[in-house]
Amino acid sequence: MTKPIIRIKGLHKSYGELEVIKGIDLEVVKGEVLVIIGPSGTGKSTLLRCINLLSSPDKGQIWVDGDEVTAPHTDINKIRAKVGMVFQDFNLFTHMTALDNVMIGPSKVKGMSKEEARELALFELERVGLVEKADAYPGQLSGGQKQRVAIARALAMSPKVMLFDEPTSALDPELIGEVLEVMKKLAREHMTMLVVTHEMGFAKEVSNRILFMEDGNIIEEGTPQQLFYNPREQRTKEFLGKITELYGEEG
Amino acid sequence: MAELAKFWEMIWPELGRGLVVTLRLSAGSLLIGLLIGFPIALMRVYGTRWMKALATGYVDAVRGTPLLVQLFFIYYGLADPTINQLLVNLGLPEGFLVLEKITAAYLALGCNSGAYQAEYFRGALQAIDAGQMIAARALGLNRLQAIRYIIIPQALRLVIAPWSNEVAYMVKYTSVVYIIAVQDLFGETRRIMSAHYNQMTMLPFVGMIYLVIVLLITWGMGRVEKQFHIPGLQIDVERV
Ligand SMILES: Nc1ncnc2c1ncn2[C@@H]1O[C@H](COP(=O)(O)OP(=O)(O)O)[C@@H](O)[C@H]1O
Ligand SMILES: [Mg+2]
Repeated sequence: MTKPIIRIKGLHKSYGELEVIKGIDLEVVKGEVLVIIGPSGTGKSTLLRCINLLSSPDKGQIWVDGDEVTAPHTDINKIRAKVGMVFQDFNLFTHMTALDNVMIGPSKVKGMSKEEARELALFELERVGLVEKADAYPGQLSGGQKQRVAIARALAMSPKVMLFDEPTSALDPELIGEVLEVMKKLAREHMTMLVVTHEMGFAKEVSNRILFMEDGNIIEEGTPQQLFYNPREQRTKEFLGKITELYGEEG
Repeated sequence: MAELAKFWEMIWPELGRGLVVTLRLSAGSLLIGLLIGFPIALMRVYGTRWMKALATGYVDAVRGTPLLVQLFFIYYGLADPTINQLLVNLGLPEGFLVLEKITAAYLALGCNSGAYQAEYFRGALQAIDAGQMIAARALGLNRLQAIRYIIIPQALRLVIAPWSNEVAYMVKYTSVVYIIAVQDLFGETRRIMSAHYNQMTMLPFVGMIYLVIVLLITWGMGRVEKQFHIPGLQIDVERV
């Protein structure tokens, strides 16, 4: 069996009175593309954010690439450097060019020299097809371009796993394709990915496994084939029906 | 015409001296205010509970009391014999806080400006979208690095516009120091007026000098703002 890159055991998380994650167990192996779907407010973002400790779990254990994230005295920043994260609203650093956005991680977190970091950043921008926008500020890029730069920024840290939190939800429909293309390319390169998305076309085509979450629990998981054509749970069926109605077959 | 030239010749040496004092006082007090205000703002936004309380206390105390009271406190209050005795007992030199007029002026204006500048900087720091910090931390930058490389460079750009208001205010507010007999532009003006009874000429004339300085500053700061402008980075700080 392949080594799990992410292992989660008995994860619980509450915000005040509100229990958002109600005991989740999950393993993601190297090279796997896991798509997480579910109604909004069910804890999908919180689950991703617990993995790199942007939210701190209340109970349970999480391992990333063999290191226990939840152990006391873990070097959080070292773990975060191994986990790439892509946000719904991009969060590119507004005052930096695309190139500087991609450079800052390697140079400030990994202590890479300016020249090395620059070369790496250009390589990563090339990977997302935006090398000609290296000197543009985020304010001069389209939403799709911003998200591709954000992906390059995460890739520049050579992460063991990439977390995508609704990466195309803030995009105009005509810009979604270019971002999904980059993500598909990453999947073909065997990047381990956890993707929260409503893009069912992407899920069907690229994912190895789909996980349906509702109300802080994993309701059902399986291959795209199983979930789309033969779901066990009525709730899964209803949700997929609604999503397809809202976003269409291809998302 | 000849009369005007003669008048000008008469007042210029004193007025020029006063103008230099006003400009120095403005620049110095702004600098003191910056050195106080920026750290206070950082404490208020990113500090521990105690730092926040301390910073808030300072800002409220200064903004809630008249500048003249602050000036008198620093010049006359600190020179009080009881305080002097207290300091001597603590092993400090005799007359340690008995300040020169000009020193008191710098301190009062600087400490006062510090509180207002702290508010400008705080507004700018808080105007930065929370996602910037989250993205920085997710990348592996620690909190200090995130503040230093991501938040502060953006906040400094956003603060230029409100900060230039403070510069213009400062040039005008310096005129209160005539009251402790500092010979700034307005102090000299008063001296000239009491010697020549020509307030109807002097006051509009000096008012014009202040106006020209303020206009020049506004123009200059506008240039600075343009110089540092980054497309997409423009939040109206005064609104927040
Ligand atoms: N920082 C927070 N503080 C308080 N409540 C939060 C916070 N983050 C998320 N929540 C709440 O937790 C629940 C789950 O949120 P989230 O994980 O973002 O769900 P999803 O991504 O599935 O839409 C929601 O009810 C949300 O309002
Ligand atoms: Mg979410």
